[in-house]
Formats: sequence, C-alpha cells, structure tokens
Amino acid sequence: MPVAAAYGPKTFILALVTRIMILGLAAMSLDLLIGYGAMISFWHAAYIGIGAYSVAILSSHGINDIFVHLAVALAVCCLFALFTGAISLRTKGVYFIMITLAFGQMLFFLATSLAAYGGDDGLTLASRSLVFGSKVLKNDIVLYYVTFGFMAGGYLLLRSVVASRFGRVLRGVSENPVRMQAIGFAPFPFQLAAYVIAGMIAGVSGCLLANQAEFVSPAYASWQRSGDLIFAIVLGGLGTLHGAIIGAAIFSLLAEFLSGFTEHWAMIFGPILILVVLFARGGIAGLFGRRP
Amino acid sequence: MIAPLLRLEHLRKSFGALRITDDVSLDIKSNELHAIIGPNGAGKTTLIDQISGVSSSDSGRIIFQGQDVTGLSMHERAHLGLVRSFQITSILPRFSALENVALAVQALNGSSFRFFGNAAAEKPLNELAMAYLTRFGLAARAGIAAGLMSHGEKRQLELAIALASEPRLLLLDEPLAGTSHDESQRLIATLQELRRELPIVLIEHDMDAVFALADRVSVLVYGRIIASGTPQSVRDNAEVRAAYLGEEV
Repeated sequence: MPVAAAYGPKTFILALVTRIMILGLAAMSLDLLIGYGAMISFWHAAYIGIGAYSVAILSSHGINDIFVHLAVALAVCCLFALFTGAISLRTKGVYFIMITLAFGQMLFFLATSLAAYGGDDGLTLASRSLVFGSKVLKNDIVLYYVTFGFMAGGYLLLRSVVASRFGRVLRGVSENPVRMQAIGFAPFPFQLAAYVIAGMIAGVSGCLLANQAEFVSPAYASWQRSGDLIFAIVLGGLGTLHGAIIGAAIFSLLAEFLSGFTEHWAMIFGPILILVVLFARGGIAGLFGRRP
Repeated sequence: MIAPLLRLEHLRKSFGALRITDDVSLDIKSNELHAIIGPNGAGKTTLIDQISGVSSSDSGRIIFQGQDVTGLSMHERAHLGLVRSFQITSILPRFSALENVALAVQALNGSSFRFFGNAAAEKPLNELAMAYLTRFGLAARAGIAAGLMSHGEKRQLELAIALASEPRLLLLDEPLAGTSHDESQRLIATLQELRRELPIVLIEHDMDAVFALADRVSVLVYGRIIASGTPQSVRDNAEVRAAYLGEEV
C-alpha cells in the first residue's frame, strides 16, 4: 500500500487509501472480538467516535498535540470498554448483540446532544493534530504513512495476541465455554480484556479518522458504522485479521465505485454479501490459502 | 476414620415442581471408584453437574477435601482438582488434539494473561500434553483437528484432557456412551488403569463395566439414593431389582 504514495499528488487516491487503512484498523480490532472471541458487538463504532471526538474536542480547546489526543482517546475508550463490557458480557448471543446495539445508540445520541461541539452537524477541525508542535500531519503523504504505521502496528499486535496464551484461551472460550471452564478457565476476564484491547485499537483509528477528514460527526459512532465494520470482516474473512483489511478495502472501493452510478448503491452491497456468505464462507481471505 | 474426599450433604435440586435431586447424601472415599447407576431420568447427570458446578444446588452442601465448595464456580472447583468429563463429548473441535490437552496443561501452568509469544510453540506445555496423548493412544493423532477424530478417539481425548487437569477426583459422566464394542473395551481397559491412580465417580449405563470397575455402587432412582454398597450387595438388593424391573442387574 505504501506504493500508492509514490503516485504523488493524486490526493484523491491518497485520501481513499488512508481511509481504507483507518477502516481496516478498526475492522481488524473488531475481528479480534467476532472472529476470535465470538462477541458480535454493534457498539464498536462508538470507539471510533470517541477517538475522533477526543481529537475534535481537545483541539477546540487549544490542545492540539497528537500524543495527548491519543492518550485521552485510549483512556476514554478503555473506561467505556470496561464499563460496557462488564455489563454486556454478562449476556450471550442475541442478548449481547442487543445490549451493544443499545449502548451504541446511547453514545450516538449523546454525541448529537453535544451542542457545544456541533451537535448533529458535527464539528470541523481547525487543523490536524500537531506532532511536537509541528504541522507535519497537514501533509497527506505524512498522514498516509503514519496511518500505515498504525495499521501495521495494530496488525502485528493483534497477530501476537491471537497466537498468545491469552488468544488461545479466547479462541477456546468462543468455541466451547463449558469445556474451558471444566479445565479451569473463567471466560469473563479473558473476554473483557479482549473487549478492552479491541476498543482501544478502534479508538486509535478514530483519532486517525478525525485527522484524515478534519471533521467529526456523531455518524462515526452510529451502530450502522459497526455494521459496516462487520460487513467488511465477513467479506474479507472472519478470524484472519488480514481479511479485515482486505474487506475494508473492498468495502470502501465498492462504496466509492457504486456511488458513482447510483445513490442507492447500498442495495447492491447486500446481494454481494449474501453471495460471499453462501459461496465463500471464509470470505476473500478464505479463497487464498487455508484459514488458520 | 479418615474424612471422605467428597461429601454430599442433603443436596437438592428442582426444576419447577420436578425434584431432580432429592436429598442426596453421599461420601466418596479417596481410594475408591464409586459408580452411580440408575434408570434413565434418575438425575445422574444433574448430580454430576451439581458436584462439578455446572448447575447450582437449591440446598445442601458439597464438601471437597474438607472445603465447602457449594458456592464455588466450575472453574474454581476445577482448580481444586474436582474435574469432570461430559456425557456428550465436549472438546474444542477446531483445535488440534494436542492443543486441546495443552490448554488444560496451560490452565495449571502460570498465567494465561500473556499477550506475546506463540502459545502453540511452548515446549513445556506441548511435551506434557504429548505425554498424555501418548498414554491414551493418541500420539499419532496429535496434529488432527479434534472435531475430525472418531467418536472413540474423542472419548479417549476427553479423558486425556481431564487427566491433564491433574484431578484429585475424577467425575466421569458415561465415558462409554455411544462407543462401539471395541472402543468400549479399550476405554474399560483405560479406566481399569486410571482407578488404580485416582479416585473416580463414574456414571455408567453399561452394567458389565460398572460391576467390573466399581468398588462401591450407589443407585439413584428419581433423584434419591435407594441403595449404596459393594457391587454384590447392590445386585442383591430387592429395591434395586424392583427399580430395574425387566433389566438384568
């Protein structure tokens, strides 16, 4: 993907690929929950919203440093994940989905009610975050590489987590929780830890999104955005991590391409997902090589 | 007199108006294989569920190694050495046989809150897991996804997982269920070996197996223990014969 930067000032492509990587980072973190932990969360986009609003709100108060933005986003996402996770992980299956959906709606309406920060209309950033007081992120190519760095770092971190002792327990719990309890593992602490890790990573993608778009809106946090993430993961291949990035790319490119034809492009999306689920269960990643 | 390893005191459990476990009191000694038999629907699996912590008890106490474990969760009881197998095979189907056992080893070996390092490559875990697989005749099948194994192999694998959890008392819920004649002969031979090493509570339908293996037998009918004693005394018990009317005991 860095190759795209070599094409120079094609800012449109640069912006598109940057957005793909941001979406890919968030989708990967959700894949940890869905693909490895069997926790289907419609709350996940809330972390993107929290990350994005961390940048916007702090900037509007004159705090522009990227490290402060990231630290606040991580801390707030961690707290929200602990709180919502502690409640929603008491339930399973469809109840878990409904609770995460409800939390998602609550945060969405909270964001729309923030009149001081744009309410429904969202908030335009005066500038992108500063790095040690410098405006390097203003350059799209720099932002592109920074985003790539975070995506690659996120991938390596998650790859390590799923293969670790922790990840093995998480996968075991998703497959057969009773068996795991019978050998002495309590599912809840492992699921909650995964929930927090995934939330914090998605929060980082929110910080990047605010910088890329130079704009934040409650829509970032809506449950439909969580649906987009799930769409991307299923399309790319559940439980593979790289599938989430592939899915995010295809999702964004299709949206870009199809919206050129018709404003009802979402109607074409649905059948594509149905075909993937019916005929390529492992998603796009499943078509190449076997699933781990 | 030595304190019993496991003591059940007036255990009760009802689902609605139906009494599944009805005032069960039982002592399991630390040197016996204690079989629990009874007709279908007698509440045998529910009793094992209560002992292992899958189900809670409405009243009564469960004392294991002198400790009241009635309020402990399943994984806490597993850590104390109260380890069970399941009537319906319970394994991790997409994990290899080796990883199924390695996870049980991992549960006893340090923290599992480690986020770095490939768990599947941890030698100490794998070597111990491999030793258990070898013991249960599954060494050649170590790399196979557990879900793809034959039914008999899955039963053996479940025993390997249970043993890897280092039980102080093993609760076996119909380990022979659904196995072919050859497979069950193999499993009985395995259980003959195991009973010399550790105390076992065995639920089993196969009466030949029960009378070949058990030191003591308790008979559960409609949630109540109607007889308890040596296999011979139970076999001669008139009430037991009545409960098994038409069945050969």
